[in-house]
Amino acid sequence: MGMQFNETQMTEFKRLVARYPEGKQKSALLPALHLAQESFDGWLSTETMDYIANLLSIEPIEVYEVASFYSMYNLKPVGKYVFEVCQTGPCMISGSDNIIDYIKKTLDIKPGETTKDGVFTLKLVECLGACGYAPMMQVGKIYKEHLTKEKVDAIIAEYRQLAASKN
Amino acid sequence: MGVKLLLDKANVPGIRTYDVYRREGGYTAVEKALKEMNPETIVEEVKKSGLRGRGGAGFPAGMKWSFIAKPEGVPRHLVCNADESEPGTFKDRYLMEFLPHLLLEGLIIASFALGSNDTYIYIRGEYAWIPDILEEAINEAKANGWLGKNILGTGFDCNIHVQRGAGAYICGEETALIESLEGRRGNPRIKPPFPAIQGLWMRPTVVNNVETLAAVVPIIKMGGDEYAKIGVGKSTGTKLISACGNINKPGVYEIDMTVSVEDFIYSDEYCGGIKGGKQLKACIPGGSSVPILPANLLLKTAKGETRYMNYESLSDGGFATGSMMGSGGFIVLDEDQCIVKNTLTLARFYRHESCGQCSPCREGTGWMEKILMKIEQGKGEMSDIDLLWDIQRKIEGNTICPLGDAASWPVAAAIRHFRDEFEWHVNNPELSQTSNFGLQHYADPIHVPA
Ligand SMILES: Cc1cc2nc3c(=O)[nH]c(=O)nc-3n(C[C@H](O)[C@H](O)[C@H](O)COP(=O)(O)O)c2cc1C
Ligand code: SF4
Ligand code: FES
Repeated sequence: MGMQFNETQMTEFKRLVARYPEGKQKSALLPALHLAQESFDGWLSTETMDYIANLLSIEPIEVYEVASFYSMYNLKPVGKYVFEVCQTGPCMISGSDNIIDYIKKTLDIKPGETTKDGVFTLKLVECLGACGYAPMMQVGKIYKEHLTKEKVDAIIAEYRQLAASKN
Repeated sequence: MGVKLLLDKANVPGIRTYDVYRREGGYTAVEKALKEMNPETIVEEVKKSGLRGRGGAGFPAGMKWSFIAKPEGVPRHLVCNADESEPGTFKDRYLMEFLPHLLLEGLIIASFALGSNDTYIYIRGEYAWIPDILEEAINEAKANGWLGKNILGTGFDCNIHVQRGAGAYICGEETALIESLEGRRGNPRIKPPFPAIQGLWMRPTVVNNVETLAAVVPIIKMGGDEYAKIGVGKSTGTKLISACGNINKPGVYEIDMTVSVEDFIYSDEYCGGIKGGKQLKACIPGGSSVPILPANLLLKTAKGETRYMNYESLSDGGFATGSMMGSGGFIVLDEDQCIVKNTLTLARFYRHESCGQCSPCREGTGWMEKILMKIEQGKGEMSDIDLLWDIQRKIEGNTICPLGDAASWPVAAAIRHFRDEFEWHVNNPELSQTSNFGLQHYADPIHVPA
């Protein structure tokens, strides 16, 4: 597949690599994978990983082993918007169970699944450093905090609308 | 009102921008350090300040700096640990989000003291909007001559780079962080060699927490001796506490370490008491890895003395009756919380985050989660409680990095102090599915044997 960074993405890629000394370009792997995931539909296919390996002059296996270690990289296709809801202790004692149940019911999916229309994926994650603003979830780069059922409804509506406007 | 050294300007409108930060006295510490001091005298001041690492282990910062190897012709690096993934901890996020220039100031001074021309901030990947804030601040600092080549005409060059992680708690451990910065899986390294000798790209490296580096700014401004006068004993200066759980006012607070735990929880200046007028049942005072304490041992030590929010007092009694300051992630549980469920979520966290290199940690965390799940679901047996105790003991101390200990301690402390509640779950398989054990005796006064 002819998956390639466009010009803007390539400029950003080069900026990332330039932060490390000569010969240490492998250090740019994590940031490069973030960039690739954002650029290519929110997940990392084998083709994407091979492309990154080639750009950084490293072996494909060096990319696979990193991509599979870190929880933020998706190795399978995901919905347009991924709801990553925190379920760790501090969020749990602040009511995250109720929020998770509510999202499951409202979107009619289980954790790890994507809605039929391909808009939402639900993922349960561990502490995101927002324990004082619990319950919370992350959607893309954004944290949605102090969640209530009403707030969840509003967030779902917000992203449904966004998805519709992009179609 | 306690002394504030880090957050004193946090509420000034626009303090995130260079202009306002500078107008409020920003970058005077860099000026002083680079023009009036040299690397040795800076390290000396930090030593005198008694500043202890704020990332969790509490190792004296000045001492760590003095260990850095200086082989001829080999570059050295400072790495700022902004991985902040310990459940209950969200203070570094606050510093970076609202006071990015304070962190940069600390980073420039520390880079000068350590001789780091390329300094890296490794930030957890989920804090995805913060690198933009930091890079904006870096550009402003550069434009105003505080970063880049020949800073203030001293001949010192320094660049600061921000790198995002990608979701792995273990990358907060300093050698795993270094591996990750090199573009690999976050597998902790066997020590020695320590990073101060062979760290990033096998070069001498110092890894410090965000808050530790920010604290260097007031230390340079006021001098190490003055800084050391704040606080008590070996708990010098101020500490950021991120408070969460069942309290009225969750958030990030700066304390000088003379406030009592009771005041911290109940006074309006800090947590504002337990939410909904409920009663305090338990607290994990220093991030999820440190031992949980029941209310009665939290507010007073086993000797019946007032417990304070500082390193010594929080650990008074050792693991038998005390806890730790840790990262300052203060998690409060009210009377309605189930200790078994809470322990289960933490066990799941550590199982998820184990890097898998050592079998006691990889296998043990999985078993602890399974057994806790069984007890939580009312399918446990009495022998499971002893089995849990056994497993945690076999992990502790038998692993490459301290994540193994961090996974063991919460389970050990929960059983040590809340065994009744575990037994109640086993004895009441049905009732435990619809109701909670509640407060019981956990807030009752402790009787110390004479
Ligand atoms: C499993 C594990 C996770 C850690 N996570 C963090 C972290 O998120 N942030 C941090 O500053 N230190 C963390 N540490 C401590 C670091 O290894 C290291 O001690 C610290 O960054 C040193 O900085 P300091 O001396 O300024 O505290 C962690 C340690 C372990 C074992
Ligand atoms: S203790 Fe756990 S996290 Fe640490 S190196 Fe061993 S397996 Fe990895
Ligand atoms: S426990 Fe959910 S953000 Fe920390």
